[in-house]
Amino acid sequence: MDGDYLERYRSLFDQFDVVAAFWVNIQLTLAAGLIALVLGTALAVMRISPAPSLRWAGSTYVTLVRNTPLTVIIVFCVLGLWGQLGITFSDDFNRNFFWLAVLGLAVYHAAFVCEALRSGVNTVPVGQAEAARAIGLGFVASARLVILPQAFRGAVAPLGNVLIALVKNSTVAAAGSVAEASGLMAEMIEFRPDVILAIFFTFAFGFVLLVVPIGLATTSLSRRWTVAR
Amino acid sequence: MSGARAVSVLFDAPGPRTRRRLVWINVASTVVVVGIGLWALVRLNAKGQLDADLWAPLFTANAWRNFFLPGLRQTILAAGISIITAGVLGLALGLGRLSASRTIRTVCGGVVEFFRAVPVLLMMVFFYLGLGRAHVVDPAQLPLVAVVLGLTLYNGSIFAELVRSGVHGLPRGQREAALALGLRRGQSLRLVEVPQAIIAMLPAIASQLVVILKDTALGAIITYPELLQAARRFGAGHGNILQSLVVAAVVFIVINYLLTRVADVLAGRVGRRTAGRARTEPPGLAVDAGRPG
Repeated sequence: MDGDYLERYRSLFDQFDVVAAFWVNIQLTLAAGLIALVLGTALAVMRISPAPSLRWAGSTYVTLVRNTPLTVIIVFCVLGLWGQLGITFSDDFNRNFFWLAVLGLAVYHAAFVCEALRSGVNTVPVGQAEAARAIGLGFVASARLVILPQAFRGAVAPLGNVLIALVKNSTVAAAGSVAEASGLMAEMIEFRPDVILAIFFTFAFGFVLLVVPIGLATTSLSRRWTVAR
Repeated sequence: MSGARAVSVLFDAPGPRTRRRLVWINVASTVVVVGIGLWALVRLNAKGQLDADLWAPLFTANAWRNFFLPGLRQTILAAGISIITAGVLGLALGLGRLSASRTIRTVCGGVVEFFRAVPVLLMMVFFYLGLGRAHVVDPAQLPLVAVVLGLTLYNGSIFAELVRSGVHGLPRGQREAALALGLRRGQSLRLVEVPQAIIAMLPAIASQLVVILKDTALGAIITYPELLQAARRFGAGHGNILQSLVVAAVVFIVINYLLTRVADVLAGRVGRRTAGRARTEPPGLAVDAGRPG
């Protein structure tokens, strides 16, 4: 590797805005993550509720969505919902694709948020639920005051894993014509094949930089918040 | 099932009053779910999306013989090759992470962490464009090779973690007994520990197969003619992309659901054949979401 190669590599960043592309992935992650958290929590409450019909509805959603490829869901959102049904979220073309991709990502990851929270509920010892019932709390009160606060703490690590998957899966928005990191990488390789390896490792390490801190943070949070038993 | 246990302790067996209230909740939630479904159907109908001429082409011999079945064949081909290559790579990297040499452990650990953090799509796009420029692969096979390479590197790393955590999950007595018999450390790994670790991890490996099958759909982005791509081409030709994608999704759901059931059955069966504990869920990994692919 000589100075010339480094110079050509550096010139990439004048030509292309790599940070802006990653920023799109971060925005996709944050927007879809928030919606998925709300939807997933609702699904998790349905799946542990005493009403059989709610349990059935929750588990059917999870089974259907979890077994469908994310690419199919995103292509469905863009070509089906927008292309064929004419559903739009914004008059701006690019914003519209962005929100359609967010919808697909959120619907998909809500199923995994639900499973993460359910595995958190499984970390709560039976005695906690029995004690809550013994002092006269009903389902809603015992879930709100006793079970869920402990379940969220137990679910930090699996929720972190879902967030990490969401960061990586935000690249699949490329299937919905969103201009994000993987699309920019393809474009850069087309125009600058002379530094192809450097381009790939730049993007790869960009994702490593996004993903590793999330992993470290959730690991340390889950240790700190662990319920002493 | 642990899920059933968690559900049953959250509330008592319902008494007469709760039973009456549950009836109402059941009715209300059924009304809501059916209502949402009906609303969607009415909206679809208003836009003419339920018309027979949009759905009928999907149930013709032409649709299946020329589009969906060839697409499904390509999906299964890519998944099948990737499962084998990822298995081999995972075994090699997993043994490397358990090696006595610190250098080999560190290198294999770095490789595993790297490929687990990089999106599969990024790798597929890189191999597709990179190998295309290098002219080392037959252009007709290029998308398949790129899909398989991407899936192999990612899932090989996941399998390596499964092998490693499977070995760590074995009781210490297994290795001690092997060493006491006069086996060397490498022999103990190969002959005693890893075979049991793989059996204990079979359920987790089976559920990773669902991830591999789902991720082959990423190949559609790099022009690999798998099921999703076939559904798109068929839909574009007949003006019924929405309906065509629904059929593709149903095919994926059925296959993956069957695979998940196999994983559950395996979890119940393999327990007796290993000293380790069988798990359906992949173990807690620092950089992985287990199932979300």
